[in-house]
Amino acid sequence: MPPASNQPVAPTVVVTGLVKQFGRFAALRGVSAEFASGHLYTILGDNGAGKTTLLRALAGLTPPTRGRISMLGTTNLRSVCGQLGYMAHPSLLYDEMSGMENLGYFARLYDVSNKDQRCAEVIGAVKLDPSLTRPVGQYSQGMRQRMSLARALLNDPKILLLDEPFSNVDLRSAREMVSLLTGLRDAGKTIFVVTHQASLLEGAADEFVWMETGQIVSRTSDLATRLETL
Amino acid sequence: MSTVPSLTRATLAKDLRLEWRSKDAINSMLFFSLLVVVIFSFSFDPTAEESRRIAGGLVWVAFLFAAVVALNQTWAREMRNQVLDAYRVSPAPPNALFLAKVVGNFIFVTVLQALMTPLFIVFYNLRALGPAYQLPMVAALGTWALVVNGTFFAAMSLRTRSREIMLPLLLFPISIPALLAMVEATGAILTGEFSAKFWIVLLAAYDLVFTIASLFLFGFVLQAE
Repeated sequence: MPPASNQPVAPTVVVTGLVKQFGRFAALRGVSAEFASGHLYTILGDNGAGKTTLLRALAGLTPPTRGRISMLGTTNLRSVCGQLGYMAHPSLLYDEMSGMENLGYFARLYDVSNKDQRCAEVIGAVKLDPSLTRPVGQYSQGMRQRMSLARALLNDPKILLLDEPFSNVDLRSAREMVSLLTGLRDAGKTIFVVTHQASLLEGAADEFVWMETGQIVSRTSDLATRLETL
Repeated sequence: MSTVPSLTRATLAKDLRLEWRSKDAINSMLFFSLLVVVIFSFSFDPTAEESRRIAGGLVWVAFLFAAVVALNQTWAREMRNQVLDAYRVSPAPPNALFLAKVVGNFIFVTVLQALMTPLFIVFYNLRALGPAYQLPMVAALGTWALVVNGTFFAAMSLRTRSREIMLPLLLFPISIPALLAMVEATGAILTGEFSAKFWIVLLAAYDLVFTIASLFLFGFVLQAE
């Protein structure tokens, strides 16, 4: 169950009038929202609703055409990128290297101390074996997804941005991932999950954020309430 | 705190490991250069004196074309699974990535040169009549000129639809001064007819200017969509 959130919490992420245009197509059309720390947000919507673009904008990968993003009290996203964890739809891993080798390299980029220990720790947290020497390219899709999540957790980020973390993951592993995310949320991390498998996060997410044609159309704490109106 | 040199080393080690396992770049470069050596040797059938005159151009054009193969590979690797995004969201400085790629490509092209030079000598009956000790210097400066620009423009053309065509289109015109200096310097050393010093200095200046410009601009290229 999500923790009681009746006391006001300072927003960790503030998005103001966010517009992103790709040529003449507007992927985001004036998104404004505040997101509190220690919450798990599930972002839902049809294909092309702007979920991934919003996540990429929060990660600093897609500069907005207009609007502002403030994260951890600053609009300079570069200065807080060390406190972000980002998991994309592709794995963001080198196929020719093992899980430990991949994470070892990314640990250097984040200047993680005790990197071998930390890598083994996050690989274990996603229920994979750190001693697996086979290259990531030979992993199943589900294993790759979990290794990708391990990479996003490597730097112990305050904000986690996860794009479709459960796609191609079997139900048991997906539930384990949800349980891991719930634990991280309870530890004070702000988590954004873009997914089409909302039911997996029912009872775990603090809020379901619904997007349509580049805008946030509703925010509910109860998945069923919104589904009834559709 | 990780510094640019330590992150450069880490990225270079990762790239060398990936190349050692896949051998994508080195195999394509070797095959391409081998074809150039063999085909040109049959086409021209030059005398030793003619060889010395044309070898500079021949050798550097072969290395330039072969380097393009490696340069395309170096970024294609980062685009698979969008791994480049993982670097972009990290706090690691863009320059560390750029320097690692340049040094990596320099190593690949130098290995290629070390393997191909004996073949060039045999097939074209080459012998330096000028100061041969200057040849490694010309090779190093010339290779750096190719890879520093090539790595930068390969990154620039990364998100274009036909990047294999775009890279030579961007790289070759801007490499003309360097290519001219490499060819003239090599020709001068092989024939011994004139001094290569001016061309070596020109190459060094070219390397310096383009290395600084690329380092300065690479951050913008990396963060561009």
